[in-house]
Amino acid sequence: MREFARYWRSLRCFWGTSLAAELEYPLNAWIELLSVLGNLAGSVFVLQLLFGGGPQLGGWSWSGALVVLGLYTLLDGFTTCVLQPNLSRIVNHVQTGTLDYVLLKPIDSQFWLSARTVSPWGLPGILAGFGLIAWALLNRGPGAPSGLPAAGPVLLSLALLFAALVILYSLWFVLAALSIWFVKVWNATEVLRYTLVAGRYPVSAYPPALRLLFTFVLPVAFLTTVPAEALLGRGSAIWALGSLLAAGLCLVASRLLWRYAQRFYTSASS
Amino acid sequence: MLEYRAEIALWALSGVLPLIMLGVWSGSGAAAAAGLSPQQLSHYFLAAFVVRQFTVVWLIQVFEDDALQGRLSPFLLQPLSPLWRYLAAHFSEQASRIPFVAVMLLVVGLAAPGLLWLPSAGNLLLGILAIVAAFLLRFLLQVLVTTLCFWSERAAALDRLLMIPYLFLSGLVAPLDTFPPAVRRLALATPFPWMVDFPARLLAGEPVNVALGFGAIAAWCLLLLPIGHWLWRAGLRRYSAMGA
Repeated sequence: MREFARYWRSLRCFWGTSLAAELEYPLNAWIELLSVLGNLAGSVFVLQLLFGGGPQLGGWSWSGALVVLGLYTLLDGFTTCVLQPNLSRIVNHVQTGTLDYVLLKPIDSQFWLSARTVSPWGLPGILAGFGLIAWALLNRGPGAPSGLPAAGPVLLSLALLFAALVILYSLWFVLAALSIWFVKVWNATEVLRYTLVAGRYPVSAYPPALRLLFTFVLPVAFLTTVPAEALLGRGSAIWALGSLLAAGLCLVASRLLWRYAQRFYTSASS
Repeated sequence: MLEYRAEIALWALSGVLPLIMLGVWSGSGAAAAAGLSPQQLSHYFLAAFVVRQFTVVWLIQVFEDDALQGRLSPFLLQPLSPLWRYLAAHFSEQASRIPFVAVMLLVVGLAAPGLLWLPSAGNLLLGILAIVAAFLLRFLLQVLVTTLCFWSERAAALDRLLMIPYLFLSGLVAPLDTFPPAVRRLALATPFPWMVDFPARLLAGEPVNVALGFGAIAAWCLLLLPIGHWLWRAGLRRYSAMGA
């Protein structure tokens, strides 16, 4: 318990200082807001083009696809807030040898590396994501049950969203930890960002081979499609269990990889 | 550049966006509604994938890093503008990327043998020329944003803004044929479609106005070059090394 309190205190201190530092750049807030809105407008435009051939995309209605897009926007905001600022820095630590100091600290190194800073610039994305999801749920078109879903589906989708965040974190951490071997994977984190763009669309919109890839190799399906189905009241127990299982496995894998990677770390100067 | 093979491979992987979009588009009826056959669609996106691989520019990130870390000052003392150094680095990395792209095309060909095709010699030559021209235009556009580093310490944020029209108007995520006519005209008035759509259509063997395409790229370059030159000179006068 005391251990937990210590981590909580550290986290508050980390985030307080990094927020203070980030707020030195007020112009960034406007740029970030503009880029979130621009990206959202572009994504909706492309989605509209994709719906040009008929009322369905991979069996998903327009409002269902918007929920998926909203979840994607939300996860992207989370990435900007927590994952990008922390995990892209691991690579710098390896290159300059400052990882030594991190490993010497009396606090878990994975925790320190993953939670050291926070950036407020992902908040517009998170808010826009929630807004888009709410709008899509309220305007579901004729013939569909309109209005916000019942408590059950909402709770389930929140649990699945949490699983999605854990999966996303694990993917980023694993990729960043690879820098111990490859040193210069500074841009590797960008790679993940561009690949996860696949999560903008429901997984069933892809050809079967890609569907398998996005479910079992790169779990994009669990990031957006599965929580969206739960939110639309179509959640199934198998997918929910699979999602939670995938989250657990990814987290354990990231932990084991970090333990293993540390054995290969030789400081930059030695 | 070859020291960092893992990174180059990862970068090559990061350009898979057109292939992902090919998956979505082939699953929707929208392309057929716009008059594109499945074969045209796959050729277009595969060509866009190749074009994207060889026109990636990351000048802003490198320059911002160099300026903030103070590495820029010794470069400025050299008799040649540091921009040439960055241009050379870009060219060498694009060259080192050729084998990775070849391997990825091979994988695509093995997974779906019908997807690959060989463009005619003329189209191939023109396509390569168009890729080089598109790369130069993108580089020049980024030079403009890069010079803003002299005024703002965080020009990379501006690059994210520039990325948005590039992503949605260049034809990277949707063929321009599927755009509504008004949006299409608007897109063609910007420099972005000439960076992906034009070379990709050349490689895919689509009907394309070659003179108009190269003309548009040349016109944009002629427009951006003096602005970039002027901003660079003005920025240099303002530059004081970090920590000085």
